[in-house]
Amino acid sequence: MGLDIRWPIGLMFSLLGLLLAGFGIVKKSESLSMGINVNLIWGAVLLVFGVLMLYGAWRGSKTGSK
Amino acid sequence: MQPIQLQWIDYTVLIAYVAFVLGIGLALARYMKTSADFLTSAHSIPTWVTGLAFISANLGALELVGMAASGAKYGIATAHFYWVGAIPAMIFLAVFMMPFYYGSKARSVPEYLKMRFDERVRALNSIAFAVMTIFASGISMNALAKLLNQLLGWNYNMALWVCSGVVLLYVLKGGLTSAIYTEVLQFFMIVLGFAPVVYLGLKDLGGWHGMNHTLQTAAAVGSHYAANAWTSAWQPLLAGSSHNPMGVDLFAMVFGLGFVLSFGYWCTNFLVVQRAMAAKNMTAARNTPLVAAVPKMLFPFLVIVPGMIAMALTALPDKGYRIPPPVIAHECYEKAVAAVKSADSAQVPAAVKAVTDALGKKVNDGKVAAIVADNAKSKLTDKQIEERIYNSITDNDYDGVILSLVKKYCPAGLLGLALTALLASFMSGMAGNVTAFNTVWTYDLYQAYFAPGKSDNHYFWVGKATTVMGILLSIAAAYFASMYNNAMDIIQLVFGFVNAPLFATFLLGMFWKRTTGTGAFIGLFGGIAGSALFHALTLSQGNVPGVKGGYLGVLQTYPSEMAQNFWLAAFAFTVCFVLTFGISLATKSMKTDDELRGLVYSLTPKTVDHSLAFWQRPAFLGILLLIGCALLNIFVW
Repeated sequence: MGLDIRWPIGLMFSLLGLLLAGFGIVKKSESLSMGINVNLIWGAVLLVFGVLMLYGAWRGSKTGSK
Repeated sequence: MQPIQLQWIDYTVLIAYVAFVLGIGLALARYMKTSADFLTSAHSIPTWVTGLAFISANLGALELVGMAASGAKYGIATAHFYWVGAIPAMIFLAVFMMPFYYGSKARSVPEYLKMRFDERVRALNSIAFAVMTIFASGISMNALAKLLNQLLGWNYNMALWVCSGVVLLYVLKGGLTSAIYTEVLQFFMIVLGFAPVVYLGLKDLGGWHGMNHTLQTAAAVGSHYAANAWTSAWQPLLAGSSHNPMGVDLFAMVFGLGFVLSFGYWCTNFLVVQRAMAAKNMTAARNTPLVAAVPKMLFPFLVIVPGMIAMALTALPDKGYRIPPPVIAHECYEKAVAAVKSADSAQVPAAVKAVTDALGKKVNDGKVAAIVADNAKSKLTDKQIEERIYNSITDNDYDGVILSLVKKYCPAGLLGLALTALLASFMSGMAGNVTAFNTVWTYDLYQAYFAPGKSDNHYFWVGKATTVMGILLSIAAAYFASMYNNAMDIIQLVFGFVNAPLFATFLLGMFWKRTTGTGAFIGLFGGIAGSALFHALTLSQGNVPGVKGGYLGVLQTYPSEMAQNFWLAAFAFTVCFVLTFGISLATKSMKTDDELRGLVYSLTPKTVDHSLAFWQRPAFLGILLLIGCALLNIFVW
């Protein structure tokens, strides 16, 4: 199928990552669980995952592989 | 469980997910030109995508909720549903069965049965399958709407129709590809949404060893099982059915679950097999279940460990956690609070009775008496009383475990992510069932019996109309499930009857060319009737004759429902196998060897993997996976 699924996955998780991490920075006190700022940390993880997916999709679109 | 308050950030996560899912459907719409594009994805999807969709189609929300519940009830032994009950069958499907499914060019599992046997077997299988997919998707949607209603206060009808509407939109636009893509999206949502909950829970308990230690202490003190009953997967099982909380013996586990149920589901259920059939070539199709086996093997740590965490937290009073009691309307709590407040310390027994009546559930009398006494001494606030009443209810609602942990550990933001993951899995469960229903209805029932020989465009439109129909029928099934308390039990019972014998038919059909259509047909019927009869004559401890069995008399009593199910499966398989075998010997095959080429093992040239490096061959990958699975078993021996 013409759409590489890595684009939507990458975009969505990058977006959610930014959202959570941003929320974690701005509302630090509301983001704590077990003494960890989980929104910030997990947001960063989601962002890294999303960017990796986007990178894969971008490379795939260059070489034509999926 | 008490309602969860969502903030704007949680809703943003939820809306973003729905927007992406709809976007995928719309983006795929322009590629949908033929019925094959819509119903079978025209064999065009890369392996890792079909692999993750394969596993995701099975990881419905009910599984997520149910596995956490079983983790709390039975501990790490629940992982047998993965390591014994899935991995070997998935490898078998990849190495031995996929060549026939994919190589036969059948578009569905029932179509394969028609090629191998005859129309009767196809009709029996496709009708049973179509009915089951509708009910499965209805049950799942009912559970979702109920959950949204209880937890977030949404209107049941609105939740049901809106969620179904979203599924309808993206499946109608993008067909099977849309369903597969969202299943992949859902896979990552579930993993990334629930991993933090597991991490935080384990951290709270002092890590893996801390959790195990707590569970062992609790089992040694508070149960009649050995200390390792919740933390060892095999030792309690080997000790016998009275030594493990599942109440299951080794034979029932390995033959009933590991062979009959597991192979019957993974190797013949079109819902999952369809994902592999959508792969772009034979190697990709065979590798699909193998790719899926990797996450499947690790899922116990994501879905079962939360249940164990909940169990351990309950054993530690200072954690302030309990496995949630059954959901009770807020008015009932208010009445119970009023009863406590109006009582003085002289009327304790009357107050206990009033609280029990108000809640409609059993309570711990001592705890309620203590609330009344404390309230008489120094006035407690309504909130304090309500909280203590909540903690005094003796029944547990194990299905609430996973959400109660999400609520405990996830602040706003992360909470939205986890809830969206759960919602996503409900919706993609519906989409998966509806797409499988689509294909079977359009190709195996409509094209075969109602309107053969029409143009492809005709079937394309029928496929789309069937999508709408499938969703509407699912909604009807959801209302049906919501109306009758034991509707779900009955439906699952019937699933069990129909599924249990199925693998015998496939096994004989694929690996013994002498198997005849008549043998297969009567064998299947006999197997289904056999399981119904078995169920009517057996019961598990603690159940009364009725929906749970034993309505024709009780010949055998099993220690648990699970043991009864596993033995039922073993029995149904044997009946189907013996009947099919015997009748095949007595009847003549209508098919020539030529017609069976590509459908039966002995008549099909072996799939040549020589062009692949040895480490890319399904057989080699399968062995690697089995070794990995064995290591995991040793880890929790």
